[in-house]
Amino acid sequence: MLKYIGKRLLMLIPVLLGVTVIVFTLMYITPGDPVDALLGDSATAEAREMLREQLGLNGGYFERLFRYIGNLLHGDMGISYATKQPVFTRLLETFPNTFKLALLGVTFSVVFGLTVGTISAVKQYSIFDYVFTFICMIGNAMSSFWLGLLLLLTFCLKLRWFPASGFSSPKHWILPAFTVGFHSAANIARMTRSSMLEVIRADYITTARAKGQKELAIVIKHALKNALIPVVTTIGMQFGALIGGSVLVESIFVVPGVGKMMVDSIKSRDYPVVQGGVLAIAFFFCIVNLIVDVLYAYIDPRIKAQYK
Amino acid sequence: MTETTVVNAAPEQETYKKRGQGKEIWRRFRRSKSAMLGLFILLTLIFLAIFAGVLTPYDPTEPDVPMRLMKPFVDSAHILGTDELGRDIFTRLCYGARISLAVGLIAVSISLVGGITLGSLAGYYGGTLDNVIMRFVDILMAIPSILLNISIVAAMGQGLQNVMIAIGISSMPGYCRIMRASILSLKDQEFIEASKAAGASDFHIIVHHIIPNCLAPLIVQATLRVGGSILACASLSFIGVGIVPPTPEWGAMLSTGRDFLRDAPHLTTIPGITIMLAVLCMNFIGDGLRDALDPKLKN
Repeated sequence: MLKYIGKRLLMLIPVLLGVTVIVFTLMYITPGDPVDALLGDSATAEAREMLREQLGLNGGYFERLFRYIGNLLHGDMGISYATKQPVFTRLLETFPNTFKLALLGVTFSVVFGLTVGTISAVKQYSIFDYVFTFICMIGNAMSSFWLGLLLLLTFCLKLRWFPASGFSSPKHWILPAFTVGFHSAANIARMTRSSMLEVIRADYITTARAKGQKELAIVIKHALKNALIPVVTTIGMQFGALIGGSVLVESIFVVPGVGKMMVDSIKSRDYPVVQGGVLAIAFFFCIVNLIVDVLYAYIDPRIKAQYK
Repeated sequence: MTETTVVNAAPEQETYKKRGQGKEIWRRFRRSKSAMLGLFILLTLIFLAIFAGVLTPYDPTEPDVPMRLMKPFVDSAHILGTDELGRDIFTRLCYGARISLAVGLIAVSISLVGGITLGSLAGYYGGTLDNVIMRFVDILMAIPSILLNISIVAAMGQGLQNVMIAIGISSMPGYCRIMRASILSLKDQEFIEASKAAGASDFHIIVHHIIPNCLAPLIVQATLRVGGSILACASLSFIGVGIVPPTPEWGAMLSTGRDFLRDAPHLTTIPGITIMLAVLCMNFIGDGLRDALDPKLKN
């Protein structure tokens, strides 16, 4: 198992390097000179050259790319044009919030998705099944930003149950986490339902019943555990969508996270911050995928056996 | 004489067979109520998009400030109300349908063409080329699609065309993987070998023998992605990096409605429902097509 994790960690290096190159290239070809934006047209040629050097903007594409990667290895992601703070410091400030939001969102979506999916499958064609299938369909088609606005309108502005902004208490996190997780919850529920339906008619379930097992034990221990394998893949895939969704949700609920920071930075053309944000989230996403794959091996003994 | 009859007979047989297959798929598709509902919504949206100019007398971008923020279902002249500049919301939705449908269609076409090409090359030739292409796909997949969209649009500049390209590129990896997997399962089959033995070129084999055999999963994925692309475009406009105002794009409409959330919630609710319906109908059609194209569910 350790060998497997080690191998996957090694495979992560070229992917992360590739992500860095792609993101760097995209920002490199972005039109507009940041020096113009910072100094204005009236600055002298020397001042411009000095700032260019300071920001690491001198030199050709490859020179700058290698310098960027070299700096990155030292934890230096450049300096924000707008606030003059190092990007890394800003990421350290904002990332915990995004991480917390994503974690809360994924917890909600897994709990909701697994519960609803399992009940829908066990009580197939019941009222519960129809109602939740409908909700999941809606959840799948609903954009997270619209859901966020609807929740904001209903629960913060009209009913005043939740505060609309600020993040001092756990209450502040409920609506953003629900918004971020709802789409994924719907997908996980759909996947759990169809996966459970395949499993629940298997012979070993009948055997378990014939042995006189309690229904709850059959559903959880025998059926759900076997149905989980495709569900874990879905959860892993949803994580990416969820982190992406948090970019939108953060700007609705004014969560001081990486997503909001990036959206604000795009508007002010503060590209080192955008670059740093995309990289941080892509790194995080790769690590999550690795964890999902390890979990996968843990749940499925067939995969585990390959790496013993 | 005999020769000409043989030559003529072959295409006739082929069209008969193709029509038969299409009819069979349509028969199975029709059985799904949700798929038919999806088709109905889609046709309505297409109708609104095409006849937007005839259906409403208003201009989608011309402000009419005295009429601003009218509530929906109050005045029959503005059935869905007006926005913060007095523009008729129904008119803007109809014109917006043009944009959303175009984005859905063109972005998916870009990703289909790109994905099929890369996937075919990777799967058919294997080796180093496969490795290079698939690592590139892995890298693209490591960036959450909305971030990739944002970065591409930032690099190329805002606007409809660039949004389509960005969404097309970021959804390419999915098709590429499907295509590669299908090719790997097909390329050692006998009919491919037979075609090779008959002297067909690689291009001919891929286009005439392999692609038609893996169309079903690609069509399903493409239909589902149309909804995803519409949503992605709306998301980009919502955060202000997509389509530039005053273009009547649904996501942009929702975004401007945010400032009037308390007093005029219809500015966000109506475009929100429209986006949801558009995505929902594509999901219904995609699910219906998946069942209709699956030979296992034939009866």
